Amino acid sequence: MLLLVQEAAFDIGAETAAFVAGVGAAGAVVTFTGLVRDEGGTLQAMEIEHYPGMTERAIAAIMDQAVARWSVLDALVIHRHGRLRPGEAIMMVATAARHRAEAFAAAEFLMDYLKSRAPFWKKEVGVGGAEWVAAKDADEAALGRW
Amino acid sequence: MIDVLYFAWVRERIGVPRERIQTDAATVADLVAELSAREERYALAFADLASLRVALDQELSSFDAGLSGVREVAFFPPMTGG
Repeated sequence: MLLLVQEAAFDIGAETAAFVAGVGAAGAVVTFTGLVRDEGGTLQAMEIEHYPGMTERAIAAIMDQAVARWSVLDALVIHRHGRLRPGEAIMMVATAARHRAEAFAAAEFLMDYLKSRAPFWKKEVGVGGAEWVAAKDADEAALGRW
Repeated sequence: MIDVLYFAWVRERIGVPRERIQTDAATVADLVAELSAREERYALAFADLASLRVALDQELSSFDAGLSGVREVAFFPPMTGG
């Protein structure tokens, strides 16, 4: 398992290739990448704040749960912080399992929990000013299915 | 002494990212009441506890949790990761 919390951009292709090269007996790899939406050209930047220390602990705990529940053979989470521009990748997850159902489920579980249990806060900087992104009730409700 | 951390708009309202506070507060709610009584900026930040979350020593917790043995308290809005 690999967890990276970083300010720097990452190379989705290179990270995916490195992950796939190390998954051993897996028959399925699922990857998800989250991007900064450009919101019709009105967004100038997305600023992401986090809680160093708790971020790593919270994500590691979520990854441990995913591994235990779906027999995940390997998992990767990369999540950026700092100032990002529209179109840039914010984060990616990758999961490897023997079969695709487990890999998909584990990736969705990781995404749902990263949204509302990993201590990141997004601020949208637009032409008219800056505003913190409010958490969505739907994101909290999504945890109920697990 | 306890380290108190603030994130996102809570940090902006209070004006500092972290501070060390001398307190005898027994619970998180007691600490919130103590800070709110101290200065207006705390009262504004803590006006609606339903819109806030709290972590004790980097684990999500609740406002009625005790502070005995806790070294680090963090206040922040609901998280928006992913």
